[in-house]
Amino acid sequence: MKMFRPFIALALLALVPLLGLSSYMMHIFILVIMWSVIGMSWNLLGGYCGQVSFGHAAFFGMGAYTAGIFYLKLGVSAWWGLPLSIATVGIFSLVFGFIVLRLRGPYFTLATLAIGEVLRVTAENLQGLTQGNLGIMIEERTWITKIWYYYVILLMAACTFFLIKKVIGSKLGYYFVAIREDQDAAESLGINTTFYKTVALCLSGVLTGLAGAFYINYMGYIDPQVVFPLYDISIVTVMVVMVGGVATFWGPFVGAVIMVVFSELIRSIPLLGEAHQTFFGVLLIFIIIFLPNGIVGDIKKLKRLAGIRSA
Amino acid sequence: MAAGQIELFLQTLIAGFLLGGLYALIGLGMALILGVMKIINLAHGDLMMVAMYVAYVLFQFFHIDPYLAVFIVAPVLFILGAGLQKFLITPVLKVESILPHNQVILTVGIGIVLSNLATLIFKSDYLSIPVSYATKAWYLSDFWKGSPIELSLSFAWSVSFLIAIAITGVLWFFLTRTDTGKSIRATAQDVDAALLMGVNVNHMRMLTFGLGSALVGIAGCLFIPIYYLYPSLGKQFTNIAFVITILGGLGSIEGAIIGGIILGIFESMTATYIGMGWAPVGRFAVFVAALIFLPGGVASLMKRRSFVSIK
Repeated sequence: MKMFRPFIALALLALVPLLGLSSYMMHIFILVIMWSVIGMSWNLLGGYCGQVSFGHAAFFGMGAYTAGIFYLKLGVSAWWGLPLSIATVGIFSLVFGFIVLRLRGPYFTLATLAIGEVLRVTAENLQGLTQGNLGIMIEERTWITKIWYYYVILLMAACTFFLIKKVIGSKLGYYFVAIREDQDAAESLGINTTFYKTVALCLSGVLTGLAGAFYINYMGYIDPQVVFPLYDISIVTVMVVMVGGVATFWGPFVGAVIMVVFSELIRSIPLLGEAHQTFFGVLLIFIIIFLPNGIVGDIKKLKRLAGIRSA
Repeated sequence: MAAGQIELFLQTLIAGFLLGGLYALIGLGMALILGVMKIINLAHGDLMMVAMYVAYVLFQFFHIDPYLAVFIVAPVLFILGAGLQKFLITPVLKVESILPHNQVILTVGIGIVLSNLATLIFKSDYLSIPVSYATKAWYLSDFWKGSPIELSLSFAWSVSFLIAIAITGVLWFFLTRTDTGKSIRATAQDVDAALLMGVNVNHMRMLTFGLGSALVGIAGCLFIPIYYLYPSLGKQFTNIAFVITILGGLGSIEGAIIGGIILGIFESMTATYIGMGWAPVGRFAVFVAALIFLPGGVASLMKRRSFVSIK
């Protein structure tokens, strides 16, 4: 039964558009699925391989800008950005990983924090290529209804889920976990840690880049503040996984639901709207202190707590 | 080179050197915390932002000069830092979790909360304190009538620089000549050995976090007459602090001072010869260059030299 759970979930999600939800509700669903794709790819690098990244906006934005720039300069459809971003983000993460993955733990985290900022500043200043703060606008939308966008991102999410499941079940996945648990021990067993960390970074980066390329097609507009922000992309990515569950298959999905719904709810409350990041920060602190492995990771702890209360 | 170019170069060098002195103070706080706690404090810049707003309020309501505000801001930040350490970071050190860098993520959460609370209270407008000496400067031609080139030295920059040097001297005296300072250094070197020698490690950690926060708070006060303040300036200074720690050598005090001055000069040069907006990219270039060519930072160079001289 457990084996079929992903298929059941996928089938149920595929039926969602049939409910005839409003355009806004479809938007929420699309965002949830997009964030779970980003969360899952972060989880591969951060949760399984132990390399905490605070710069996933870099990959996300790069994917989006790849699609945007090819659309703008060559006039090809922005959907070409999906395959093209695999190449650009892949090469970028390879070079970036080669340089910064010599660093361990927190230093890698810092490097990722900086690369997001660097790409934002570059996108703002390279006006010939990116149109700077003006942003890139996709003039013609592919579909008017949101249903087809929903199916595209759902397909991407399904592929990401099964890819990550495959990777984690393979030898590669065991290497990743070994590196997370003890890098020195992993190295002494003959695992080329820098190489495998780079592999994890590339996989994670490319998947996030694909989500970015989807984002420009869906939203039709990007600028540096939208796709490269530290808080609204990079930190929300970390929070999706931290809240949902680090190193679990379902964690990113649970986290995406909570984060998207939570932020939409808070933003709709007047006065409190401005403070939505404060709530994120408090939530992050709370999660780290009380549920360090996230909701899915600490499900036993939660059940125990609930059990005590009901008894 | 024409006289004008030499003039520009020297002026940039002076500005960079003065900026570097202030950067050194920011880097020192980070290096202290990093050395003792072995964690990177990603709320470092946000603590500085808090200090700047405290100084701003002191000026607005009590007309206290930013330089005098140092005596109030430093204790306030000390208490804030020590409190954060005692009530948030120490509990997390004991929590069992999959991810090894929970404390680092925790400091990000703290940073988000601080910067957003500042946005709520003060709005995101740019503020500055209208001090009378902000535009005062000394000119080379005032001292040397026949000088072929004209150089100026800003009053506010020079005073800030001198205070930064004085604070650094006091800190050096504290760390090398007093019992408490020696205990802090012992904790940084080896926690277990320090415990065995009767050092109250938890107390030292609290003291260090407080001291690091107070240092960055002082830096904040010194920046006020020459800079403007806004709630999200923290990120930028966290970046600066960590580039300095990488450049200087992880947790090295002397390295942080030299690293700060190098970065100050480099940024000043970038701003003059490439463009103001590119400063974050220049910073990242320094960071990458330090990683590739000097992984141990300036501290490793100094160690090598002292090693030779002992032999």
